[in-house]
Amino acid sequence: MRITLHYSWRDRPIHKVENKVILITGTRKGIGRYLVEYYARKGLEVIGCSRNQVDYQFKNYHHFCLDVCDEVKVRDLFAEIRKRYKGLDVLINNAGSASMNHILLTPLKTVQDILNTNFVGTFLFSREAAKLMKKNGYGRIVNFATVASILKLEGESVYASSKAAVINFTQILARELAEFGVTVNAIGPTPIKTDLIRSVPQEKIDGLVGRQAIRRLGTFRDISNVIDFLIQPQSDFITGQVIYLGGVS
Amino acid sequence: MTNNKRITNVIFSAVEEVNGQLPRKQRLEKSIDTILFGKSGKLDSLALVNLIVAVEEKIQEEFGVTVTLADERAMSQTNSPFKSLGTLADYVALLLEGQTNSQG
Repeated sequence: MRITLHYSWRDRPIHKVENKVILITGTRKGIGRYLVEYYARKGLEVIGCSRNQVDYQFKNYHHFCLDVCDEVKVRDLFAEIRKRYKGLDVLINNAGSASMNHILLTPLKTVQDILNTNFVGTFLFSREAAKLMKKNGYGRIVNFATVASILKLEGESVYASSKAAVINFTQILARELAEFGVTVNAIGPTPIKTDLIRSVPQEKIDGLVGRQAIRRLGTFRDISNVIDFLIQPQSDFITGQVIYLGGVS
Repeated sequence: MTNNKRITNVIFSAVEEVNGQLPRKQRLEKSIDTILFGKSGKLDSLALVNLIVAVEEKIQEEFGVTVTLADERAMSQTNSPFKSLGTLADYVALLLEGQTNSQG
C-alpha cells in the first residue's frame, strides 16, 4: 500500500491509497489464472496459490502450493507475506469447486469437499488477511458468490448452498471489519467458460443464461471489471455488497 | 534467556503495540498480574482481539512458529487463558510446548 496526501475540492487533506499487494486463491487455471495475469500486468505484486504448481510465471508473481482449507499451511503463507511484503492490500477468494448432481446421488464426501474449498477456505484466508490489513488500516476482500444461489438451480444444491454461506459471511464480515478500514464484498458470476461448468450439459447452460437479463455467457473481463471497482481505494464506502453479473437479481 | 522470559517479552512487546492504539486510561501495565478483561480489566472485546493478534504475530517473529491462540482448547477452558497477561503467558508456553513435541 502506498499512501500520499492529496487535497480534495474542499481543501480537506485526504489519504490517497494505492493497491500494491494482491493475494488471489485458486490460480492454477480459469478465472484465478486470468486474474494473476491481469493484475501482474498492471504492476501489482501478485501472490497466488493452488494445490498444484502452475505452468506460467511472471516476475512479480509468487506461487504457493497448498490446500485452501489447510489451516497450518494457510497461516505459514500469511507469515511469509508479512515477512516479504510487510502487508496485504487485496484478497480475492477465488478458489472454488463445484459438483452438479441430484441430492439423491450426492456423496457426503463431495459435500464436505465443496464446503471446505468454497466456505472454509474463504473463512481462513479472510481471517488471516484481516489480521494483516488491520495493521495498515486498509484492505479489500472480494469473495466469490454465484447466481446459482438466487436462481435456486436444481442439481446445484450443495454448490449454491456453499456460496450462500459465503454471501452471509461476506455481509457479516463487512460489519466486523469496517472499523479496520477493510471492505468485504462479493461478485456473483454467471456461467463463464471454465472447467467449473465443463460437465454441465449445454441445455442446462442455455436455460440458465435464458434467465439472465443480459443473455450471454460471462467473460473474464466481466469479472475483473467488477473486482477493479470493488478494490479501488475510492470504493471505501462500499461493503457487504454482492454484485451479480448478467442482470440476475 | 529462558523460554518463559522470552514469552513474557513477546507479550509485553505486544502490549506496547496495542497500548499505542489505546486511549491513555485504557492502556495496560506491563505486568503478568495485569487483568485483561472482566470487572477489573481495561480491555474491551476489540482491544482484546487486537492484543491476541499482536501476540500471535510476535510469537511468529520470535519463535518462528505459527500458533492460533483463540483455538478450541482456549475457548473450552473453564478458566480463560485470556484473563490476565500471566495466564496468557502460561497458555503461550503450553502451545509452544505442544508445537515442540509434535515436531520432535
